[in-house]
Amino acid sequence: MKITFPHMGNVYIAGKAFMEELGQEVIPPPRCSNRTLELGTKYSPEMMCLPFKINIGNYIESIEKGADTILLTGSCGPCRFGYYSVLEKNILLDLGYDVDVIVFDPIGEGVGKLKDSVSKALNVRKTKDIIRAGKLGWPLIRKTDELTQFANEKRAYAIDSNDVDIVMEDYYQNIENTYGAAELLNLIDETHEKLEAIKIDKNKDPIKIGIIGEIYTIVEPFVNLEVEKKLGHMGVYVEKSLTPTLWVEQHISKFPFGSKEVNEMFKLAKPYLRTLVGGHTRETVGSAISYSLKGFDGVIQILPLNCMPEIVAKSILPTVQKDYNIPIMTLVVDEMTGEAGYLTRLEAFVDLLKKRREGKKVGKLLFGC
Amino acid sequence: MENYYLGVDVGSVSTNVILIDEDNNLISKRYLRTQGKPIDILKEGIKNLKDEMGEFNVCGVGVTGSGRYLANLILGADIVKNEITCHGVASLSYLPNVRTVIEIGGQDSKIIILRDGIIVDFAMNTVCAAGTGSFLDRQAFRLGIDISQFGKLALKSTNSIRIAGRCAVFAESDMIHKQQLGHNQKDIIRGLCEALVRNYLNNVGKGKEIVGPVMFQGGVAANEGIKVAFEEALNTEIFIPPNFDVMGAIGAAMLAKEEVKKKGETTFKGLGIADMDYKVKGFECDGCSNLCEVIEINEDNRILARYGDRCGKWTNSLKKSNAKLA
Repeated sequence: MKITFPHMGNVYIAGKAFMEELGQEVIPPPRCSNRTLELGTKYSPEMMCLPFKINIGNYIESIEKGADTILLTGSCGPCRFGYYSVLEKNILLDLGYDVDVIVFDPIGEGVGKLKDSVSKALNVRKTKDIIRAGKLGWPLIRKTDELTQFANEKRAYAIDSNDVDIVMEDYYQNIENTYGAAELLNLIDETHEKLEAIKIDKNKDPIKIGIIGEIYTIVEPFVNLEVEKKLGHMGVYVEKSLTPTLWVEQHISKFPFGSKEVNEMFKLAKPYLRTLVGGHTRETVGSAISYSLKGFDGVIQILPLNCMPEIVAKSILPTVQKDYNIPIMTLVVDEMTGEAGYLTRLEAFVDLLKKRREGKKVGKLLFGC
Repeated sequence: MENYYLGVDVGSVSTNVILIDEDNNLISKRYLRTQGKPIDILKEGIKNLKDEMGEFNVCGVGVTGSGRYLANLILGADIVKNEITCHGVASLSYLPNVRTVIEIGGQDSKIIILRDGIIVDFAMNTVCAAGTGSFLDRQAFRLGIDISQFGKLALKSTNSIRIAGRCAVFAESDMIHKQQLGHNQKDIIRGLCEALVRNYLNNVGKGKEIVGPVMFQGGVAANEGIKVAFEEALNTEIFIPPNFDVMGAIGAAMLAKEEVKKKGETTFKGLGIADMDYKVKGFECDGCSNLCEVIEINEDNRILARYGDRCGKWTNSLKKSNAKLA
């Protein structure tokens, strides 16, 4: 059994090491590229959302490298993601690929079913073993997330932000050569040290922007046209509202109570949206408010074209913008997105935030408040 | 010799080259069609200026538009700014209390919301180009009339017909349908103007607080039909600045002036660039599966820049070799 899974930001890094520790053979898909998107667009329904298309591209590229089993998480919320596994399997079968698809449905849908899938995919029998494996994988996810965020922070403060890219590019290239958790953790520590060594300007007071939206779009750099990198090079400090770490907390490690941060988002979003409408609508609305409370200068929502839950959030955000007095910009991405226009919007937004900050300072001087 | 500031806006449809003096007065303007050859047209624009103005000092250069990075490489600009900031700055100089700017260009349309002289919000068309200049261009062509006559004809109509303007493709088929029904041309044109305005307000202006004074700029502002349709829809007077078609370039020049005051001198390469030879070479990098299309620009056999690579391998390689030379 040669396992593969779709890309979602840096999850593949932890996922690969985790499964290697369990003695499974893993073939992570090649990093998302234009070819991935081309393949995905060709074999997906046209009106399907962008993450689906990238998934299909990932599978095909992994199968070409020899993978025969696909792992995927499921969902039962009112969002198309719930049907991803079924539809994707059928598309692959139609294309003549003989692959096995193992779906991890949410715990809420029955522990037994989930346990079966996990035992099958991870080659473990007892619940005890599954928990042991989980304890091994969990720090990997946290560590990779922390490293990505550390790179974002460095980019905002660095004297030459290109240095950060060189270190990170090296890191991504080297991941392919590591095997298992120990080697990976080693690589992460080394990269962290290298980032640490990059010279920074301590006097910088960077503009702070929160990236909000549905998790896949904000954590997968290929899909969001590397928004973290682009903003980082403009000297902006970037934070993402959702990360794989938060996802695991919410759905697995803290189940059924949920992650503290996500619960906070729900609470903040409540005056605007009381119930689940699918996807990450409540998280998006709530995190916009939470960034405003944390003193961020602005918020950018990124949504894949025709994503229903995010469209609902988009229609609520102008009210949040008014109530909390924080600029919010929405960017829509799909396979047609032009990079030039995207960059123009980002630049203009950063300009707007800078001017706003200057204006606030002047106001303080004038009115002493 | 006079001291002037050069502003360049390299857009999808037009390339604008302008000169302003110390007091932001427009001295000269060139509105050229980009025709997919930004470098040649830029050189032509500079050459034109030289021929018209004789000898003059360029104290600062600002570039904007979707081709601003390319223009920067060739000109050595003092400031590279996005269109939104440039349009905002320029409109404030014409109307200091402006609170809404509507800008419709060749391929994108924007709304800029200003309060007390600061840009506080903006939006650009997201995924659809219906309602931009190139859409009107195409429909004018289909109707067999010159685009410059388009607005005048719309004003002659007394009876507007409703055309679906949600999408460029549907608008076109709906327009053909209305033609087949026998509606006359001027009513159809007025309907198109209204459809464009409706589409703009529903898409770009959605959720924005549009209050006067409202300024309308960009190439499409030349169209009186659209102006009237906006006035009717918003129920307010619309101001069109005298140089509505080159506002982006004016804003860029104004920002360059500020920048040069700050840093002391300009980085402009001189008007001689009009006679330089530029060659653009593209190649596909096979370093990874991204297969980035890397673009290399040569100025008189010297590599000026490489870009287009995701990982920065080619972009950075040049920086290092430059550093070594220096």
